[in-house]
Amino acid sequence: MGGPDRTGGIEIENLIEIKGVKHAYATASGPLPVLDGLDVAVPKGTFAAVVGPSGCGKSTLTRLVAGLMKPDEGQVYLHGELVKGPRKTVGMAFQNPVLLEWRTILENVILPLEIVATRMSRADRVARAMDLLDMVGLTGFENKRPSELSGGMRQRASLCRSLVHKPEVLIMDEPFGALDAFTREDLWQTMRDLRRAEPFTTVLITHDLRESVFLGDQVIVLSGRPARTQYVMPVDLPEDRTLDVLYTPKVADMLHILRDQIKIAQGRHEGAH
Amino acid sequence: MFNKVAVPVMSILVFLGLWELLVWANGWPNYKMASPSDLPPAFWQYRDLFLIMGWQTLWRTVVGLLLAVVFGTLLGMIIGFSRVARDALYPLLVGFNAVPKATLVPVIALLFIGQHDFNTVLMAFMISFFPIAVSVGIGLSTLEPEYRDILRALGASNFTIFRKIALPKTLPEFFGALKVAATLAFIGTNLVEIVSPHGRGLGALFKSGETNGNYPLMFAVLIALAVLGIVLYYAVVFLEKIFAGWAERAPG
Repeated sequence: MGGPDRTGGIEIENLIEIKGVKHAYATASGPLPVLDGLDVAVPKGTFAAVVGPSGCGKSTLTRLVAGLMKPDEGQVYLHGELVKGPRKTVGMAFQNPVLLEWRTILENVILPLEIVATRMSRADRVARAMDLLDMVGLTGFENKRPSELSGGMRQRASLCRSLVHKPEVLIMDEPFGALDAFTREDLWQTMRDLRRAEPFTTVLITHDLRESVFLGDQVIVLSGRPARTQYVMPVDLPEDRTLDVLYTPKVADMLHILRDQIKIAQGRHEGAH
Repeated sequence: MFNKVAVPVMSILVFLGLWELLVWANGWPNYKMASPSDLPPAFWQYRDLFLIMGWQTLWRTVVGLLLAVVFGTLLGMIIGFSRVARDALYPLLVGFNAVPKATLVPVIALLFIGQHDFNTVLMAFMISFFPIAVSVGIGLSTLEPEYRDILRALGASNFTIFRKIALPKTLPEFFGALKVAATLAFIGTNLVEIVSPHGRGLGALFKSGETNGNYPLMFAVLIALAVLGIVLYYAVVFLEKIFAGWAERAPG
């Protein structure tokens, strides 16, 4: 189980592997199934974008991969190892940047190092954080408080914090969802540049199909609740994409297919009305 | 800086002026209502008593308040982190808080006969821990799960999460409650000093003024209490600036 996956004779190491996961939440009116047959495989160093209708259990997926909860049935593997709890090799980013208001931007970025790299020197921590802040264009803002920054800048700082300890896995739950369209596109490019500079494997939960195609190496469509893996689309585009790629006929076709898949997931098939 | 000092001083002077005018215009004798001009002689005549008894009131209030901070914070942590504890303790806490504390003075006076310092500190504590416990509890229970998750996903212990995130995040609410608690603790101390007098504290001085028909003394005690209350309140504000100054937004 887990580990190397043989696909047509080529060995690909799946860093993240989710197999047949089912999960239900206990509610006042009985169990509420949210996941029912989830299968996801993310090869090392690649980017998986997960899309699906609202409330279909996408956030549950992030908590499973982060080891914050265990599924009722099925397995989640990282590196072929069963995930039993939180591990230091994971970074998380949310729609709400959840920066600590009493810390400066620099101290916010350093926070994970205080937990996972207790023996790292202060100078090394600062140097690492400043490198990342530089990559996302926040040099000069390191001593500001989060409240002094715009929403997009706060999300950039939050990205730095989720990457500062060089995690193997980056889990993002709609990190750009609350930003305006232009800021969002800026952050897509920042994300692309970060991927080029740092090796990490990503699971991105998103509502934005263009975002999923621009950033993803594969787009996974989940069905409506309870969610199962409904459709997987490999994204066959050059590594260093520019925003222009979103306006090519090829991408338009891909978006069209994804759009149809979402409609199926919502139970609203084309022509059903 | 000028405004920060001059404006409050002016408002106090205006207040005293209006008070003097009210007494003068009505022609009230000082056994009906003392005027500000009666107060300095009263303070001067009993200056030793004011210092001794004022100190007694102050230290007992502060000790009661410190106990309330420790106990209230612990209780707030329990009801903030455990749903079961919250459901179990809230009715008890609200009920206890609703009991007028004046009715408890004879109860504790009988329970701990003669232990006047202890009784006074106990009352200051009992009347002031509630707002602290509730605000810390609410601060912790309303902590957004994402805040917890960013550290929990790294394998941080609950204690680390509390120390690095929950505790500092709750500080503004804590200090808000502490300002209320400081005032309440004063009420508690004076309640015991007045209802169950043992010749200690400004409350006892007030009581003796009443017994002897010394109305300027009674009013002087009220003013002294107000001054002590202001001192304690601004001590809390000072601590808040140091420990939770980040929560203050720049004006404009």
